[in-house]
Amino acid sequence: MFSRMAPRGRSGLGRSLAELGLLLLAILVLLDGTVLSLEAATSSEIDTHEGKPGTHKNTSKKSFPVLGIKYDDVSVPFEISLWVLLASLMKLGFHLIPRLSNVVPESCLLISVGLLVGGILKLARDEVPPVLSDRIFFLCLLPPIILDAGYFLPIRPFVENIGTILMFAVVGTLWNAFFVGGLIYAVCQIAQDKYSEIDLSNIGILPCLLFGSIISAVDPVAVLAVFEEIHINELLHILVFGESLLNDAVTVVLYHLFEEFMESGSVSAVDALLGLVSFLIVALGGVLVGAFYGILAAFTSRFTSHTRVIEPLFVFLYSYMAYLSAEVFHLSGIMSLIACGAVMRPYVEANISHKSHTTIKYFLKMWSSVSETLIFIFLGVATVEGEHHWNWVFLTSTVVLCLVARVIGVVGLTFIINKFRIVKLTTKDQFIIAYGGLRGAIAFSLGFILHSEHKRIFLTAIITVIFFTVFVQGMTIKPLVELLAVKKKHEAKRSINEEIHTRFLDHLLTGIEDICGHYGHHHWKNKLNRFNKKYVKKILIAGDRSKEPQLIAFYHKLEMKNAIQMVESGGGSKLNSTFPSTVSMQNIQPKIHSPPSARPSERALPQLTKGREEEIRQILRTNLQKTRQRLQSYNRHTLVVDPDEEGFDDLILKKRRMMELDWKVCKTSSHKSSNAIYSQAYVKPGAENVPTIKIDLASPQSPDSVRLLDEVVQDQGLTMSLPSSSSRAYKTSGKDDGRDQQKLLRCLSDPGPDVDDDEDYDDDEPVPT
Amino acid sequence: MGALKSTPAPTEHYDLSEKTGFSLRQIRVLHKRFKQLSEGDDVLRREDFLGISSLKYNPIRKEIIEAFFNRRNFSPSCEGRANEIDFEEFLVVMSHFKPPCSKMTDEQRKSIRREKLKFIFNMHDSDGDGLITLEDYRHVVEELLSRSGALGKETSRAIADAAMFEVARTVGHRDPDEFYEGITFEHFLKVRSQSALCFKKEEKWLIRCLMCGKGSRHMFLK
Repeated sequence: MFSRMAPRGRSGLGRSLAELGLLLLAILVLLDGTVLSLEAATSSEIDTHEGKPGTHKNTSKKSFPVLGIKYDDVSVPFEISLWVLLASLMKLGFHLIPRLSNVVPESCLLISVGLLVGGILKLARDEVPPVLSDRIFFLCLLPPIILDAGYFLPIRPFVENIGTILMFAVVGTLWNAFFVGGLIYAVCQIAQDKYSEIDLSNIGILPCLLFGSIISAVDPVAVLAVFEEIHINELLHILVFGESLLNDAVTVVLYHLFEEFMESGSVSAVDALLGLVSFLIVALGGVLVGAFYGILAAFTSRFTSHTRVIEPLFVFLYSYMAYLSAEVFHLSGIMSLIACGAVMRPYVEANISHKSHTTIKYFLKMWSSVSETLIFIFLGVATVEGEHHWNWVFLTSTVVLCLVARVIGVVGLTFIINKFRIVKLTTKDQFIIAYGGLRGAIAFSLGFILHSEHKRIFLTAIITVIFFTVFVQGMTIKPLVELLAVKKKHEAKRSINEEIHTRFLDHLLTGIEDICGHYGHHHWKNKLNRFNKKYVKKILIAGDRSKEPQLIAFYHKLEMKNAIQMVESGGGSKLNSTFPSTVSMQNIQPKIHSPPSARPSERALPQLTKGREEEIRQILRTNLQKTRQRLQSYNRHTLVVDPDEEGFDDLILKKRRMMELDWKVCKTSSHKSSNAIYSQAYVKPGAENVPTIKIDLASPQSPDSVRLLDEVVQDQGLTMSLPSSSSRAYKTSGKDDGRDQQKLLRCLSDPGPDVDDDEDYDDDEPVPT
Repeated sequence: MGALKSTPAPTEHYDLSEKTGFSLRQIRVLHKRFKQLSEGDDVLRREDFLGISSLKYNPIRKEIIEAFFNRRNFSPSCEGRANEIDFEEFLVVMSHFKPPCSKMTDEQRKSIRREKLKFIFNMHDSDGDGLITLEDYRHVVEELLSRSGALGKETSRAIADAAMFEVARTVGHRDPDEFYEGITFEHFLKVRSQSALCFKKEEKWLIRCLMCGKGSRHMFLK
């Protein structure tokens, strides 16, 4: 099965992986089956052996077991690992079948797999393990996803739209809950289904409201899973996603509220008021708990410079503790997790090493990905497991009411919100927001832990709604987005220019506000930033880093990233440009400042003939002079550098030099070679006095550049030898170049932090989405 | 708006309202502020701006103040700098920060956006020659980083150079004979329009108090 895979191509590989997955399934089933029989066998033997010790002392003496099976001890971890392995293999398999993964979102496929597995297990053993118990879900599966979301939450768009998000989360969820709950009650009273064994009119108003509150919450897991694949613009993404995160507080409060009411049996006005107070406490309390743990984590990370290895552990542990502490007090665990991640991130990132940052990022992505996969599979299994009470009236009316409630809620709220927003939400936006209100596993788990007599019918309805939203809405949202031509996410990366422009605008607007005398939005933001810089950063960030303004940090990250890209691209000085540019740094000087004598010959010449050799020499000489000046100013670099980053200074210097040399030689390259990413010119050795410049697309280094590299690395001054003598220098400096390459590669054994982390939702290539 | 007396607006205000697009209420509020800043005078000078305490922390305060006195912001044909401005010119500069009305054609929106970008362009271009040269850009970056204190000129220079290089690269296939002297306004427009952020920024680029004209209670804090 695994022998001739390469020529078969991707689908072949996918098929074989699917086969492997099925094989694992079979193993799972068989194991469970054989376990039972084995257990029975061994236990009966032991029983008989110990039950009658006296009489059976010698009758049942077994020979020494050479090979035995003792599955009991490892059964739980073994099964867990098997499930996780199955989930991961399924995920692998889907992505290898491109046609399928383009049409159907991953969540649907995973639920289908879960259904399949559940079906097989049921057929094999007539009983399905209850895998989606609420404890596993809330304590193990949900936190990684939420932490991943909170840690990488793009703060700026989130805070800018916080009013809208809160409106949708709080008011929208409340509206949904009461609308669905109330109308379902009405439907139950009206509908009299003679054929169904359930008497719907038995269901009181409170259980209906409870049901409404469970089903009204938009689920972050489902939203994440679906929205990540459709790449809509940032605004819509943050609106729906933010809403799904923040409505947890509302859901928790409503759930507990209605449960209490159901226990006590009667509702009074005081209780309603207490409910409101409890909402505030739950929400704000959760955030405070999270912020507290976040600050603790930031403070701890300040001292970890000597034990870099356990840095990521602090991040994970403090966040998990925040979640658990919030759950202890019945506060909103999700909000506390989000707050913890968001608060600790800027400080922790300033303190930890690049490697720890990478570790945190990839661990979080990995855990959240596995969790998400498992949740969907278990959802499928749990569907098969439970006994369902089908009542068509109830089910269809639930689904319809949910949709209607969502649409009305979104439209109504947007009408109010648009009065206060600068960037109004268009109809298309509203449609996507309404359509993106997916329900997921949180609703299921909450329904699972109900103690109501109508639990079964509620659970069936919840599963129906989940299936409907995930399958129907999840599958159709991508074509709808295309159809409606919703604005997609801009793939453009953040550049230095934009960063500068952003800062400039911020300061400008703050200044104008001050001139107006109005204490506006920008004024308070500025005040918060100043407070942050003055006090908080000093406490939470170690050493010099606290003084580094954001622009510098951004610039460093960008440089690091570019340098790493450069090395990975084979050590050549490859520019990050999509088309070759014949601009050189020297060209950017305004004419007045350049030395007048060199001016006529500084013009680059696309083609050279014999008669221009003097000019060429002049060009190269002056260019060497210019780059020398530039290099010297960087030799005294006062960049704030993390002392633990080996080779960072060298990197920056090297990259600078590479860039300049590239600019210089690009200037002298021909227009015709515009297909190459870069083209180098090198002087052919062995020619006579006339240096002819030949264009060679494949040459790794120009001898000039190598020479310069050589010089600076050995820290001598620049020698001003003319190009005609370069042939000699070429051979000797080739070795140095190799050494430098190695040094660079060793220093950069890991990819650095992603520059656009805090602004993008894009994941890196190796991260599964 | 209880703080303001309900006297009938002078006729100049009507004219100004026509010209700049502010409502009468907003003009009244701004007039009051103008009077307060200029201490009763009819013209504002640079020193008056320096009196605003919260402006002290702003790293680009010089550019902002200069923007008020830059004649190019008053009308497209003027050149040079003024030493004192009157209320009308103050309003014209402030009108750059007005939010866009909902009922505007695309044409109007485009031209307003262009004006706003021209305003920023003028702020960057400190010597007024219509180009943002490397020196100008370096100056801007230095100012932005001036509040951090600890870092030397080299860093800001490096950043400015990198940024300039990025912009120059996007110009396209240039004749290598030419010098790239600086960013012209047209190029600036093009770069900004390619930037993903620009759309959001431009639309957020307003001062809320000017939006509704209220806030007289909060205003006039020095």
